Amino acid sequence: MRPDDPVSHGCPVRGPRRGGKAGSMVTYLVRRLITSIVVVVGVSIFIFLLLHLAYPSPARAVLGLSARPAQVNAWNLANGYDDPVIVQYWHYVDGLLHGNLGYSYVENQSVLALFQERTARSLYLSGISLVLAVAIAIPLGIFQAVKRNSIGDNVATSAAFILYSMPSFFLGLILIQVLALSFPIFSFEGSQSQSIWVVIGDWNAMTLPIATLTLITVASYSRYMRSASMDVLAQDYIKVARAKGLPERLVLLRHLVRNASLPMVTLVGLSLPGLLAGNLITESLFNYPGLGLLFFESLQKVDYPVMLAYTLAGAVLVVVGNLIADIALTVADPRIRLA
Amino acid sequence: MAMNSLPPLDVQRAPEGGEIGAVQSGWRLALREFRNNRLAVVGVGILVFFVLFSFIGPLIYHTDQLDTNPIIANQAPTGAHLLGTDGEGFDELGRMMKGGQAALEIGFFAAAVAIVIGALWGAVSGLVGGIVDSVMMRVVDVFLAVPFLFVVLILAVKFGATVLSLSLVIGFFAWQVPARLVRGEVLTLRERDFVLAARTAGSGNWRLISRHLLPNALGVVIVNVTFQVADAILAVSYVGFLGFGLHFPAVDWGDQLANGSNFLEDGYWWQIFPVGACIVLTVMGLNFIGDALRDAMDVRLRRR
Repeated sequence: MRPDDPVSHGCPVRGPRRGGKAGSMVTYLVRRLITSIVVVVGVSIFIFLLLHLAYPSPARAVLGLSARPAQVNAWNLANGYDDPVIVQYWHYVDGLLHGNLGYSYVENQSVLALFQERTARSLYLSGISLVLAVAIAIPLGIFQAVKRNSIGDNVATSAAFILYSMPSFFLGLILIQVLALSFPIFSFEGSQSQSIWVVIGDWNAMTLPIATLTLITVASYSRYMRSASMDVLAQDYIKVARAKGLPERLVLLRHLVRNASLPMVTLVGLSLPGLLAGNLITESLFNYPGLGLLFFESLQKVDYPVMLAYTLAGAVLVVVGNLIADIALTVADPRIRLA
Repeated sequence: MAMNSLPPLDVQRAPEGGEIGAVQSGWRLALREFRNNRLAVVGVGILVFFVLFSFIGPLIYHTDQLDTNPIIANQAPTGAHLLGTDGEGFDELGRMMKGGQAALEIGFFAAAVAIVIGALWGAVSGLVGGIVDSVMMRVVDVFLAVPFLFVVLILAVKFGATVLSLSLVIGFFAWQVPARLVRGEVLTLRERDFVLAARTAGSGNWRLISRHLLPNALGVVIVNVTFQVADAILAVSYVGFLGFGLHFPAVDWGDQLANGSNFLEDGYWWQIFPVGACIVLTVMGLNFIGDALRDAMDVRLRRR
């Protein structure tokens, strides 16, 4: 990753190493997979310990505040909450592997059921925002690089700077103020429908949440895309393409777009944590009943099993996202040789 | 350049053992580059403004931020309350100043925590190398996978948010990037002659890190600090907006904005947009400074 990457603040990415022998894809994949598994195990232990430290047992939530200590102890004993932490962790992981994400005593439902009810809605919101953000940022960044320092470039750069520094809830509030209250075009609340198909069809309710998440993401992607495109434009093969008389349109389409878009693969993988956080804020702001809102409600109700499962799911998603991005990059970029 | 060629006069001021001449002129060059960057000047201006606004402002513009006053609740801006009042009758402008104090304090303190942990972690990892390095870097990977905002929220709910607790929690989950940056620097620095010379002269690992490696890795750290502060201020605003921020009588911008957003439909713009602008401007100023510092440091590094 380049040092001016806006997402990682110049953090070098542990990507595929260049050089070495070709055809060692399998070795690389296996090694990358093992590292990812180690990280997933590590982060799950860490998060479990941290939440266990904060919320040792849900006994109080179940038995009520007036429960006597003896009752609490008995409940803990009966439900395995007096085991050593590492045993509890083992039981939890064992449950996860068998599709049991824990039980929410506050909601009186299994966490899995709560998740199933809401996952599609969150996937839709995040997915469509991500796709839109990439679809806008790539042409925008290329346009800015080609028309460098033009009025259009300066306007887009300024907008990106402002959006990049803006908390997503403030952007959402501005959009609500302008597009739902001052000019009542869209609804200020996300779709409340139980059916994902109704949600997808409900543009009136979904435009503002999607726009909020998309714009925030475009801000960082387009900055990145602009500098990546400028690097590619300075390459010799662009000069050669122009020198041999290739029309500018084809220079851009054949040479620039492909090469400048490659780093986007890594960027998308790296920006998953930000997307999850944005999802949490956006769903809370627009009262859109997805996973983010579920997590927000679990914080208010101190629903520890939901917090744990959601945070763990987020961590796993981050690791898997990076893994997929790395693999996708090695597939998309034949120049990468794996050691 | 080896140690014995150091001009004796500069030994007190510059990191012992480095390329004193080159480093100094490099820093000076970086400073000039920074000053010539228009956005950098704007960024510094914004930051200075908000420091004065938050810490000196309340001395000039006196407001009561302790007693609610329902009689004057939700007033539009007037001469007595320049930016109106909120739903509990607190003066908005005075509240913004108080929120600014919290934001800046948490931002800088969290950044300091993150930088100290990260710089030490990265330096030790890079210097010792081998299996220790591998293990320490896997720990960094693990921390990178922790969903930052979720964990900060969970801990804020459990332990209550104060300036100190939020700073520590945010800093404790934000040190991975500086750790990687410093490790990268140390990996190249440790092969240099002056480190060998210092080792030969009997410096232990700790002395090497504190006197030789960290001062020379300062460039990447400084660039990262400003981004850390900006990220921490944003994180605090998220925590506050979701309602898990600082408790009364402390004020944070996110919480203030969330309170105002309850009156969005009533058109009480003064409760929402000025404080939102505070967050955006502060973070943007810091990002300007960070970008400019990075460009300036590039100039300095090119001199090496």
